[in-house]
Amino acid sequence: MTTATQLPEEVLALSARRSYIELNARARATQLLDPGTFRELLGPFDRIESPWLPMQGIVPQSDDGCVVAKGTIDGKPALAIALEGKFQGGSIGEVCGMKMAAALALARQDCECGISTGAVLSLESGGVRLQEANIGELVIAEIYAELIALRQHVPVIVVVAGMTGCFGGMSLAAGLASYVVMTRQARLSMNGPEVIEQEAGIEELDARDRPLIWNICGGAQRYATGLADMLVEDDAAEIAQAVRTLFKKGRPAILRSDPQELYVERLKQLDPAQPWTAEQIRESWKERAR
Amino acid sequence: MSRGRIWFKALSGSNGAQPDGPASLLVADAELGAEKVSYLAVAPDDQARFPRARGGEVGVEEGWYGARALRRIIEADCDRTKRPILTIVDAKSQAYGLREELIGIHLAAAGLIAAYAEARMAGHPVIALIVGRAVSASFLVLCGQANRVLALDDPQVLVHAMYKDAAARITRRTVEELDALGETIVPMAYDIRSFDKLGGLYRLLHVAAPDAPPSESIEHVKSALVDAIADARRGPRDLSSRLDSQGAQQYRKASLAVRAKMAEQWTAL
Amino acid sequence: MEKLTFDYPASGEKPKRAHVGVVGSGDLEILLEPSVDERAHVTIQTSVTGFADTWKAVLDRFFAGYKEAASFDIRDCGATPGTVAMRLQQAIEVSRS
Repeated sequence: MTTATQLPEEVLALSARRSYIELNARARATQLLDPGTFRELLGPFDRIESPWLPMQGIVPQSDDGCVVAKGTIDGKPALAIALEGKFQGGSIGEVCGMKMAAALALARQDCECGISTGAVLSLESGGVRLQEANIGELVIAEIYAELIALRQHVPVIVVVAGMTGCFGGMSLAAGLASYVVMTRQARLSMNGPEVIEQEAGIEELDARDRPLIWNICGGAQRYATGLADMLVEDDAAEIAQAVRTLFKKGRPAILRSDPQELYVERLKQLDPAQPWTAEQIRESWKERAR
Repeated sequence: MSRGRIWFKALSGSNGAQPDGPASLLVADAELGAEKVSYLAVAPDDQARFPRARGGEVGVEEGWYGARALRRIIEADCDRTKRPILTIVDAKSQAYGLREELIGIHLAAAGLIAAYAEARMAGHPVIALIVGRAVSASFLVLCGQANRVLALDDPQVLVHAMYKDAAARITRRTVEELDALGETIVPMAYDIRSFDKLGGLYRLLHVAAPDAPPSESIEHVKSALVDAIADARRGPRDLSSRLDSQGAQQYRKASLAVRAKMAEQWTAL
Repeated sequence: MEKLTFDYPASGEKPKRAHVGVVGSGDLEILLEPSVDERAHVTIQTSVTGFADTWKAVLDRFFAGYKEAASFDIRDCGATPGTVAMRLQQAIEVSRS
């Protein structure tokens, strides 16, 4: 018989858990960097905002929905970028996008000077900001260019946690990343379910079918089909640890966006004339052991 | 025949068919300005394996086979002069489909984007010529990483983030309201001359009969492509020419301010 | 979008700057900074027009208890009076921490 009154470890852990999903972009960026090292660039008080939103009667956010901070991860210089999914759906406008592109470029320049500076990007985004349309497209292309250049030096890690998810132009950024971390609640997809239903019809996809949506592009499915590297709980400490673990691994031997011969072979084995299910795709693409 | 196929044939002399690849992806080697070049395009194929990628969309096959074609070019030229890579752009958008999302079209698109960027970083002049549509991911994938982008000055040439009817629906405006906004908010406008104002284009080309170009038009365009190639070779292997442009000085002041201030604050930390 | 401004008398004390909130649906962002003069100032950009009286009521109540020479830059996206009051309180707490 025991006289211990201590709660089991699992229960203690649950009560100590802090939701990452509930954190705003600034808090997420803070959480991803080593404690006390968060130093924001172009923060709210710099008031570098969208010049385009007020022209159409939309209230601008002081940081244009993008937090950029320098700090350290495991003691090494790092850049943290976090998109605010609640401001204009995390959509990419001129300032928001340029903050990302410029910061990635500066990290690369530091790497070229021998100061290895990795990057972690917390992406919650519906894609390009339609109110800034073509400048959004141009700046997103610039983000890709800088991400591709930076990943040659250091890991570039994308975290998608939810609830906004990562769609449109930013889903391609996730595709370009060295590593992707997702929660079960997160979604990663080029086109959102409403857009697919709109373009292809409800027989193709019923956007109200939530289990189906997560089966297609939720974190568990993406992890099971090799499109995400780690599947984590909605816990700020666990997500920060996942990022540290991946940085420690260094650059991946093969970037996910690179082995086109492999994907061409996979495409040949699939028959798009048949209907597909999430289970089928998981089965046929059982990933190599990590 | 789509405008893309017409111009691909007119410029390269080939229909771009590949023995092992989808008929929607056109690839051909040719001569331009006394050097070897490669042309690429995405075009409609009503027999495409993926039912949602038959109308000239960038889908999973176009992404992966396109990336493969580019990497073969990069490899072939690794110890030689880096040949120019010219993409003729008339692609409706990305493919919208359940199968596409299941197998990760976002990754297929990323694969092709990475291949273009790496060709550019390796020293290949990467040029995009927009003869029709370059909308949403078809712009990002086929034009986004180019050293220089040219476009025909024609009402059917469209660069945008999203087609007007869908954009109106999502932003809860009428099409008329979007048109009105485009008159004062240049990045929202739908005509190619407005896009040109933003500094993203190297040159806007006026040609007679863009759907059935006469030989003078072809020569005019070829000459502009040769200029673009030379200009690309004179400059750095990044996308900085876009922000250095006159258009950016006028319409992307906020981008320039962000870049300057970010650099200032970064070094101060 | 509507822009509103309000002014209140203040004591000489200047607050530390603080930032709270997000311009999300039903929420607001507040940037709190020391005023350049000896008064408190509020500027509001709001997506919901026609509520100047409601804003005044909330602010009158807030400034009855808050006397520092602070400038509040508020960006609102349809927050309720309760949420506005909560964010104002949060802002001064962050300022004082």
